[in-house]
Amino acid sequence: MKAIEVRNLDFSYDKERMVVDKATFSIEKGTYTTIIGHNGSGKSTIAKLLLGLLEKAGGEIYIDGMELTLENLPKIRNRIGIVFQNPDNQFIGSTVRDDIAFGLENHCVPQEQMDGIIEEYAARVNMSDFLESEPTKLSGGQKQRVAIASVLAMNLNIIVFDEATSMLDPSGKRDINRLIKQLHKEREITIISITHDIEEVAQSDNVIVVENGRIAMTGTPKEIFRNEKVMVKMQLDIPFVYKVKKELQKKGIRVSDTLSMERMAEEICQSVLKN
Amino acid sequence: MSICFEKLSHEYSPGTPFAFLALKDINLTFAEGKMTAIIGATGSGKTTLVQHLNGLLLPTEGRVTVNDHVIEAGKKYPKIKDLRKGVGLVFQFAENQLFEETIIKDVSFGPKNFGATEEEARERAVRSLKIVGITEDMFEKSPLELSGGQKRRVAIAGILAMRPRILVLDEPTAGLDPQGAANMMELFKRINKENGITVLIVTHNMEHVLDYCDEVVVLGKGRLLMQTDISTFFENEEYMKKAGIDPPSIVRFKRFLKEKGLELPADVLSIEELAAEIAGRYRR
Repeated sequence: MKAIEVRNLDFSYDKERMVVDKATFSIEKGTYTTIIGHNGSGKSTIAKLLLGLLEKAGGEIYIDGMELTLENLPKIRNRIGIVFQNPDNQFIGSTVRDDIAFGLENHCVPQEQMDGIIEEYAARVNMSDFLESEPTKLSGGQKQRVAIASVLAMNLNIIVFDEATSMLDPSGKRDINRLIKQLHKEREITIISITHDIEEVAQSDNVIVVENGRIAMTGTPKEIFRNEKVMVKMQLDIPFVYKVKKELQKKGIRVSDTLSMERMAEEICQSVLKN
Repeated sequence: MSICFEKLSHEYSPGTPFAFLALKDINLTFAEGKMTAIIGATGSGKTTLVQHLNGLLLPTEGRVTVNDHVIEAGKKYPKIKDLRKGVGLVFQFAENQLFEETIIKDVSFGPKNFGATEEEARERAVRSLKIVGITEDMFEKSPLELSGGQKRRVAIAGILAMRPRILVLDEPTAGLDPQGAANMMELFKRINKENGITVLIVTHNMEHVLDYCDEVVVLGKGRLLMQTDISTFFENEEYMKKAGIDPPSIVRFKRFLKEKGLELPADVLSIEELAAEIAGRYRR
């Protein structure tokens, strides 16, 4: 079953340059997909099109098997949500509590359940102490946590994260990624993450590479990283273990194809200690 | 230009239910001409700290000295504009502060605001735009036509055009692609080295801290946890633990190697050094 199906999607801001150009891809239900590509490649535009926040110039979008049309939009928004890169773009409420409540109200969650849900998700993103704070007074990373909680609380089938953890410290990022993974498993949510974090890409089920508004490549992380020509041509970062592997190869040392630091370390140690 | 924080505290919305003590008793000196990383968990006070450097926030206790400007808690400081001439502050998501019709006008705005003539301002704008890699054919375009990374470069050029002696950058690479982020870090390093400008950079990217900075300042819950040079910091696991940060990949990889029985010297901090060291062990 497909969570998302996109066929020949076109979009242009100025009717001259195509920002999204005949993009075709599909995302299986319950998978964790990362979307990578340069700034300006069209990743965020694709995300906005999936939510119906921008109007496509051509092509078709299906969300959970339902075509995205103006009439279907309310139903579609009950299934798919987005967390933006800059959290300032999505704050509504005057306190963190109000802000999380806003999305729930729109989804007609009964009042008596609301407080419980708000507190649960604030706790899950480690923001319980800030429920009565003003969102504008929070730090950049704290704002991102609130933005993530607001969307997670809505109990959607598909969530798009557009660089949603870019301002979190590494351990905060790890916590949030763990939470997202956990929800992904518990509720079989489909996750689409637009990211520059190559280690996150390495851990995803599938990768979509976008360049100049086109889908340049799709595949598993290993398939993508193995295609060195494309990685270099598109100036994409490669995972740390691949960099080490390359550097070792220069020195005549071969190691097997793994994305795990631990496994690579094990292999190196075995060969060295054997010698 | 030296920077000195003395017993500085900052409380947001004091005396209201929203009151929040963001910085507590900070004592800190930044040496001239260095590139320093300011790190710490989300909400540890990094942004609050740097916003004191150009008088955007005023201390609620203690004082901050930037060269000959002394800003003390509870006192109005009359020469804020003068202070701001010397300290360029690039905000988080700096691209949001672009507002002019064209790129060149946007970058000229700062110097003009500080009293430069039209001609001078333009000349400085051209030079700054060149430094950040915005080519001449783009000068007359609207900033809105640019991609996120380009916009951020323009915003940085706007700050450089004011010729600050201190450049403060708050998460300047958040949201940029890895190549764009690396280019940006190289740009800051170049500005730091070639022009002797003191650079303070708030970041969560430990690979950047390791590769580009001279010194690191760690904040935690509004307090100064430590200030040390880069190699000392990354050579000591306890320091990183105390700072509550995830070490860069190379340090984590070395940790795995050590667990499996291969200990490498603490000062091996680049992939080239690492590979050379491992190759050496193979031959022995």
